[in-house]
Amino acid sequence: MTTDAAKTTDTERSGLPDGSVGSAFAAPVAVGGRPVAAADATGPVGVDARPSGDEERPAAASVIRRGGPGRDRRALTSRRWFRIVGGALIPLALLAAWQVVSTSGAVPVSQLPSPEMVWLAAVDLAERGLLGLYVAISTQRVFIGFAFGALFGLLAGAVVGLSRLGDVLFSPTLGAVRAVPSLAWVPLLILWFGIGEDSKVILISIGAFFPVYTIVAASLRHVDRRLLEAGRAFGLRGATLFATVQLPAVVPSVIAALRLALAQAWLFLVAAELIASSMGLGFLLSDSGNTGRIDRIFLAIILLAVLGKLSDALVGLLERWAVRRWA
Amino acid sequence: MATARTAPAGPASAGAATAAPAAPVALRGVGRAFTAPDGGTRDVLRGVDLDVAAGEIVAILGPSGCGKSTLLRIVAGLDHPTSGEVAIDEAPVRPYDVRCAVGFQEPRLLPWRSIEKNVALGLPRGTARRDGRAQVARLLELVGLAEFAGHRPHEVSGGMAQRASLARALARNPEVLLLDEPFGALDALTRLKMQDLLLDVHAAEPTTVLLVTHDVDEALQLADRIVLLGTDGDEPGAGIRQTVVVPGHRPRDRGSAELAELRGRLLDGLGIDRHGAARGIQATTTIPHYPY
Ligand SMILES: Nc1ncnc2c1ncn2[C@@H]1O[C@H](COP(=O)(O)OP(=O)(O)OP(=O)(O)O)[C@@H](O)[C@H]1O
Ligand SMILES: [Mg+2]
Repeated sequence: MTTDAAKTTDTERSGLPDGSVGSAFAAPVAVGGRPVAAADATGPVGVDARPSGDEERPAAASVIRRGGPGRDRRALTSRRWFRIVGGALIPLALLAAWQVVSTSGAVPVSQLPSPEMVWLAAVDLAERGLLGLYVAISTQRVFIGFAFGALFGLLAGAVVGLSRLGDVLFSPTLGAVRAVPSLAWVPLLILWFGIGEDSKVILISIGAFFPVYTIVAASLRHVDRRLLEAGRAFGLRGATLFATVQLPAVVPSVIAALRLALAQAWLFLVAAELIASSMGLGFLLSDSGNTGRIDRIFLAIILLAVLGKLSDALVGLLERWAVRRWA
Repeated sequence: MATARTAPAGPASAGAATAAPAAPVALRGVGRAFTAPDGGTRDVLRGVDLDVAAGEIVAILGPSGCGKSTLLRIVAGLDHPTSGEVAIDEAPVRPYDVRCAVGFQEPRLLPWRSIEKNVALGLPRGTARRDGRAQVARLLELVGLAEFAGHRPHEVSGGMAQRASLARALARNPEVLLLDEPFGALDALTRLKMQDLLLDVHAAEPTTVLLVTHDVDEALQLADRIVLLGTDGDEPGAGIRQTVVVPGHRPRDRGSAELAELRGRLLDGLGIDRHGAARGIQATTTIPHYPY
């Protein structure tokens, strides 16, 4: 591994019969633009069609770079505009059907308000300053609860997934706590923390905690043993082993876990707000249910769908980045 | 190619990280038993005694499943013997011994790292950044992967991944280099090139090498000594059946009659029929084809 060794093999390489040919057939390949052409192109040059030396590979590499998967060659279904338009088709169709059914009068407006009524309900709430407030307070609860739940989930998952002792000590207890149906916590949380923000945020944290904890612990436990062994054999220990092998190996599933946890956070938000609150989308739902404002019920449901989808899309962006970076 | 080689046996040049001196390896009565699915134990290795001198290249030959990888893992401290002991430079092997570098049977590259970064993983701790980069670049050049430094493992072929794995082990510049069928996935020509590369590297940095291989010719070309691992009749557990000192100095003439004779003996030892060549008589010089 000295320069001596390097030099020796270098001179050797250029002395090889196929050494000089490499650059000669690189050109036709680049013009041909297809990797297949590379093998064919060696024929005319007068070399064995399978040189199988390293010299053939640089040429192949340049093919990948120059004639790589171009924009125009991508499948229709993976193009951005097609995905957006395609994804919007069904919501638009539903909206149209809704409009048709409600204007036809087949269903009374007390059962199915028209889109216009829902829109007017939204405008009315917005004018009274409530719409923005409800959306803001609900979003805030979700994100604070999600942040705490995900953070503790990551920590607990790391402890249980990385250390045998942690697994022995904590996983039975956490498993039992996970088995408690979420709504069973509500009376206890209200007793302990009152009906303020704390009890809601804690409930949402519980909801976000378990998907993260479960997935992170499981995926850390299942990191490829052979890679771990290779890492250790090359002197990696503790934190460096974690940063080099375990963390990159679990990043995609961690992101998937965060996505799941965020969905769970919205679920628990509505549970928390339905039961005891004076603001927020869950409150809007229960209040409108009590007062028979079906237009507002529709509004709240649509808002939950849109907000949930938007926040999910944010994590989706993170996921796309992470998969590109790590997978 | 062999004739083109100069023999650079000079001291390690500047830039190479902490050149570790080669260390002798001693195996004393090494045995390994695994627990079988039925709860009992199954002997895989039994009573392996082997002394490898510092800087020596020893090839380990043996049929599939006889425990070659297990033996190598024990020397590297990745596995522990159930009996006997292994010492490197008179000191017992520790778990994941830092004095060893392993080229695994499978490439075991980290899929999320580029080939270059994977090779850099092999550098000894504390290598200066610039030296490390230069060293990795040189190794990638040596194994013919310079063009693919930035590729991910799934973007290169199996044989290329194996060469990257070899480069990673070489980057360690270890006292003991343990290679488990490092050229198994390579085509014939690349395989010969890589064998020469290994000899070049060894000539420049005469580290102790234990090399597992299926290929009798590879063993004859590379090794000072060849150890034939196998079971004795119905006895469970493989041991050393035969040790062959390979005559002559490297690089050896791949077609010499002396080697052909040895090859015949080794093939006999592996229980492979030599197709017509009467035993004891000078064997033919045709090279048997892997996997025989
Ligand atoms: N962790 C393990 N647990 C149980 N049995 C094992 C374990 N590792 C290896 N063995 C057994 O030990 C025997 C030898 O395995 P080993 O991998 O050392 O063979 P090998 O000589 O390297 O074979 P090959 O040439 O096919 O790579 C096999 O029968 C295998 O089943
Ligand atoms: Mg093996």
